[in-house]
Amino acid sequence: MSFVSRGFRGRRRDADADPARVPPGQSVTRDFPVLSAGPTPDTPLDRWTFSIENGGVLRTWTWKEFRALPSEPVTADIHCVTRWSKLDTTWEGVSVDTLLDEVDHDAGYVLAFCDGGYTTNLPLEDVTGGKAWVVYTYEGEPLDPEHGGPARLLVPHLYFWKSAKWVRGLRLLDEDEPGFWETYGYHMYGDPWREQRYSGD
Amino acid sequence: MDALDGNAIGGMLFHVFGVEMTIAQAECGRCGARGPLAECEVYLGGPGVVVRCRVCNSIVMVFVEVREMMCVDRSGLSELELPASR
Amino acid sequence: MAGAALLGRLSWRVATVTAIVDETPRVRTLELEVQGWPGHVAGQHVDVRLTAEDGYRAERAYSLASAPGEPPVITVERLENGEVSPYLTQDVRPGDAFEVRGPIGGYFVWRPGDGGPLFLAAGGSGVAPMRAILRHRRNSRSEVRARLLYSSRTLKDVIYRAELDEDEVVHTLTRAQPPGWRGYARRVDADLLREVAWPIEDEPLAFVCGPTSFVESVAAGLVELGYAPGRIKTERFGATGGR
Repeated sequence: MSFVSRGFRGRRRDADADPARVPPGQSVTRDFPVLSAGPTPDTPLDRWTFSIENGGVLRTWTWKEFRALPSEPVTADIHCVTRWSKLDTTWEGVSVDTLLDEVDHDAGYVLAFCDGGYTTNLPLEDVTGGKAWVVYTYEGEPLDPEHGGPARLLVPHLYFWKSAKWVRGLRLLDEDEPGFWETYGYHMYGDPWREQRYSGD
Repeated sequence: MDALDGNAIGGMLFHVFGVEMTIAQAECGRCGARGPLAECEVYLGGPGVVVRCRVCNSIVMVFVEVREMMCVDRSGLSELELPASR
Repeated sequence: MAGAALLGRLSWRVATVTAIVDETPRVRTLELEVQGWPGHVAGQHVDVRLTAEDGYRAERAYSLASAPGEPPVITVERLENGEVSPYLTQDVRPGDAFEVRGPIGGYFVWRPGDGGPLFLAAGGSGVAPMRAILRHRRNSRSEVRARLLYSSRTLKDVIYRAELDEDEVVHTLTRAQPPGWRGYARRVDADLLREVAWPIEDEPLAFVCGPTSFVESVAAGLVELGYAPGRIKTERFGATGGR
């Protein structure tokens, strides 16, 4: 182990956090770090669409149509693979169940795709049954572009790299295919409670 | 989040390549733009480091540290000249 | 000896803080004693690594603000939601130690043989490597002309103020100016650059360092004045308050 610096503790930590809510290797912060693989995209709302595809487009919504869908508030703990966690984050958005209900399919997996080219893969059962949303509000305000606005995927039970920023749709797949970070060695599934950070964990 | 540049990852580049790399001439595989790595756009933090071409924004290099092993994808570069040793 | 920094080992070494100078309310300079320090070139930086008791680690890059031949010195600005800068600017005491790796860099460097005239443009804590360059120029009694354009929010935010008065510095204070201020009072723009930068006939060498938006705007401005892109060296520190 390398040299320890007296008194250094890292990010402002929330020492009062209930340890039962903190997955192994994580520490709770009140900050909300901005981490990105590229520049913040800038798609004007009148050109924004969300689509479900499987080779062809099965269903697409404009921003207006999307905002007219039934939405719900979500409170969730989020866990980033870079070891920070944030508890009780509040969002509002459309459940992925609502979106997939409009489409006939028998896919086992999805690949979320985004402005800027980012992708991430998930099993279908991890984005359905009330486990995932496409959110556009954070803490009561429109989602900031640097945090993924106008809309991002939110899948709080998995590491936060799966909650793809600037999401524009879901591609339905028969087999699991690695997205951006998964291709580089991050875990295909990413369960923070089993500390599945890297492939093989 | 504002991008940094190749200077910010000088230490990591040295660690990976074994030589000072900020002056290394790189050629973007997509648009052909050439320049030193110091002038590429760098996005830090998060699961890995992403290096992009300043001109066309395409990804030229990705660095990921997995279990203390550094993995480098430099397939976005059509050329990377390692600096001559002194 | 400094040439060895280009090729060879780059390992983590222990750096002990020997002296602390609070430059401004948000900025602190740390003088370091580093085991086996090989010397450095003006413009280079070090990576600083902090490890907590529980193994948590954070790393950041800081420019060396001292000249070759002087002990390594870094200047740190405290960032709002920073992870490392609050520790370095508030908690660290003389005798404390952390790890450094370096010196690093072969692009954003100046040696007297590189000539000039030098046009240095710094935004905020981007002035740190400029101090190394200016001190080195002075120590080596170089005849190269040098001018520093230094953008700060207010006079209280100007780092190394007394020392810089010995050099040719043009200040611009972007947020607030003291009563009677007759200097520039705005962000660097094309007109300001035209008035301050060396003319292109002199074949100047430019170094630009600071927040990303500052660097990009100044570099673009210099290109528009006719500066050769290959004679403009840039180093981006990211948005202030961003890390």
